[in-house]
Amino acid sequence: MHNSSVKEKLPKLSMRNISKCFGATVALDNVDIAVYPGEIHALIGENGAGKSTLMKVLSGAIAPDKGQMELDGKPYHPHNPLAARTSGIGMIYQELSLAGHLTVEENILLGMEPSVCGLIKRKDVRQKTAQALSYFDHPEITPGTKVCTLSVGAQQLVEIARAIAVGCQILVFDEPTSSLSGHDVQRLFKLIKQLKDRGMAIIYISHFLEEIKEIADSFTVLRDGKSVGSGNITDTSTENLISLMVGRELGKLYPRSNRTSGKVLMEITDLAGAEKPTQASFELHQGEVLGIAGLVGAGRTEMIRAIFGLDSVKKGKIRIGSYFGPASPIRRWSEGVGLLSEDRKCEGLALSMSLADNITMTNLSGFGPLGMIIPARQLAAAKFWIDKLNVKCQGPKQKAVDLSGGNQQKVAIARLLQHNVDILLLDEPTRGIDVGSKKLIYELIDKIACGDKDKGIHPKAVLIISSYLPELLGICDRIAVMCRGRLNPAHLTKEVSQQQIMFEATGSNGRDKFQK
Amino acid sequence: MKMIDDNKFSLMSVLNKFGPFLGLLLIYGLLVAFGPDNFGSAANLETIARQTSIVGIAALGMTLVIILGGIDLSVGSIVALGTVIAASVLQYLVSKTEASSMFDMLSLRADAWMAIVAVVAVLVASAICGVINGLIITKLKVVPFIVTLGTLLLIRGTAKGLANQQKVDAPFSWLNQLLAPPSYEQRWILFAPGVWIMIILALLVICILKYTRFGRHIYAIGSNEQAARLCGIAVEKVKLMVYITAAWLAGIAGILQFSRLSVGDPTVASGMELDVIAAVVIGGGSLSGGEGSVTGTIVGALIMTVIRSGCSQIGLPNWIQEIVTGIIIVMAVTIDRMRHSNTK
Repeated sequence: MHNSSVKEKLPKLSMRNISKCFGATVALDNVDIAVYPGEIHALIGENGAGKSTLMKVLSGAIAPDKGQMELDGKPYHPHNPLAARTSGIGMIYQELSLAGHLTVEENILLGMEPSVCGLIKRKDVRQKTAQALSYFDHPEITPGTKVCTLSVGAQQLVEIARAIAVGCQILVFDEPTSSLSGHDVQRLFKLIKQLKDRGMAIIYISHFLEEIKEIADSFTVLRDGKSVGSGNITDTSTENLISLMVGRELGKLYPRSNRTSGKVLMEITDLAGAEKPTQASFELHQGEVLGIAGLVGAGRTEMIRAIFGLDSVKKGKIRIGSYFGPASPIRRWSEGVGLLSEDRKCEGLALSMSLADNITMTNLSGFGPLGMIIPARQLAAAKFWIDKLNVKCQGPKQKAVDLSGGNQQKVAIARLLQHNVDILLLDEPTRGIDVGSKKLIYELIDKIACGDKDKGIHPKAVLIISSYLPELLGICDRIAVMCRGRLNPAHLTKEVSQQQIMFEATGSNGRDKFQK
Repeated sequence: MKMIDDNKFSLMSVLNKFGPFLGLLLIYGLLVAFGPDNFGSAANLETIARQTSIVGIAALGMTLVIILGGIDLSVGSIVALGTVIAASVLQYLVSKTEASSMFDMLSLRADAWMAIVAVVAVLVASAICGVINGLIITKLKVVPFIVTLGTLLLIRGTAKGLANQQKVDAPFSWLNQLLAPPSYEQRWILFAPGVWIMIILALLVICILKYTRFGRHIYAIGSNEQAARLCGIAVEKVKLMVYITAAWLAGIAGILQFSRLSVGDPTVASGMELDVIAAVVIGGGSLSGGEGSVTGTIVGALIMTVIRSGCSQIGLPNWIQEIVTGIIIVMAVTIDRMRHSNTK
């Protein structure tokens, strides 16, 4: 009842029949979306479904080929991002767009500094900043703090404050939680709900359907540039949303063949790094998938960085094969260990290089005599993996930067396979990619761990770090939980529940000890 | 734990602010204590200030460019072009007696007017250099290093052509007194006019950086150009303005260089761009943009002059000065790097 009364109001923003082509590619095809004041509207879709393009149209970064946009019932045609901002549309981007060297105050009013003849009016600046920051109860964010010294979560709040200071009535959140820890996510949700209660219209883009179920009021699903469904979030099920997004029945999301684990490939004993981990011991067997669960900041990434020789090891032993000694990444690669970084853009791929270069980067031998690289052979090797992993691209010569997140991730994994490693250390391999691509990556991990006896491909060992519990429970053989730098003994996945893992991750070892 | 972090941070921020200045004091103190007898004298201080002014003024412009995340290699050439144009204009005006009689009608001393015309000519010429740099960088989107490497040669060549590949003599005017040490009767002005010009320009640039939107936008672009664009800052316009300002300040440095030489020399100040960049970098400027300060830059320029004049007064050969300066530059940047990895 309440909802229908909301809908009778004029939409804050409506976009109708928006179409946009890039050359022969249809990015948006008659997309409709309407957002009402005091409403959180989820925009859902796989990578490449057109969400980003639609938001670029909304923010004035690109002009649509056709279609109408209305703000409060009045026509709205932004020519550039500034026009969109002054019309009241604020974008909170996935990659934060703050100037790290400037202070909070300077960032909040960047580009809109109140001034007379170019001279900044300090009084107005202070007042406006204080007003914008008064929305949050975050004493650590003071106007004079340099932004680069703030945590990611706090930086995000500064971005939100910037949008509020400008007087934005529509806020677009693009994957806001992808780099936040659980605590920060709850703080953010509380804030978003506050903003909604103040009558703002909010567009919320996320791959996490649980989040959307929790926070959104209504939704629009995009698929292949078309809006394929919309409605109230309470009237729909997660399964329904997924099938709308994917456009087909996804089948079993977490494939798992019957695997038998073999000999121990890697053995870690009492490993401690400079700060984290403080204590970690585990064995990794051939043909198994071992999951490492835990909260953001527990020290999981630091642990595999130490194993891979990227961070220093304070004490403890790492045995790979028969080798115990100190390691560098070069040594690890030659021992058949490959690392997939959680930071795909900065550490994982050389985005400005071609797919072929990225895939063959760690292993350029064998493409010609005398260490030469014969392009045709390099391209052929890359092509092999592109086909095998079903990477959506124009060919091995295309640059990595042009690919969607999911396809970039496949390229990063292809590099490990091209190197023919025995041990794969995967750090958040499915972060920021859509559910369809996730499934492909799960299938791939399953295939890697199983090997193929007929083709003589040995099973490999996979260690996977993830903050997304359902996927760990879905694809791992064993799961170990890390809490504040300490790695607990691994459990067989069949014998452990989501609750048990959460207890361990938050620092209480099971129900019995929880009382203490 | 948190407390310790905070203390460490505040110590770091003190070093951030006063690091270059402490370095200057240290070097100066060492030279006063162990160097030649009169190194600490007021007269020597005045000399050091005068010797710093040319590089200092050019470095003010470079500070803006480096905060913006750019680089300008053409400043040395603009300085040389400035001396040639100042000398040529003066020479031309003197040869035209009609012109000088016209100035007489305006009841002003002819050479005073000629000098003003010469200054204006230099400022116009250097502004044109800045426009060329800025337009190629913003419109054709070529990286600043390459563009200004090209204009370094282009402007140097133009200066040589204008001067017919030789020094250009110029009549005496008040311009020649800009860098003369103050006479005994005029000692109340403390420093030569050229030094005051540097001080006033430095204050001006400080105000621009601190109190104007333009200054704020320079920092924002250097820190995160994408963010600046998203916030609706006219990135191209700001860049163009910065390169013009930098060229302009280089032009003013050229006028002072002319004042010191009293002739136009198209080969002067070759390699000066490196001194200028070094001054900014020693003063805490980061070549990746977003960082740099005017006081730091002036201190950086002073450090280099102090080393040079100290070494030459001790009687050390030129090559030792160069080695010492080189070590100081690398040390300054290394300390800067360490500072950064600590705060992050």
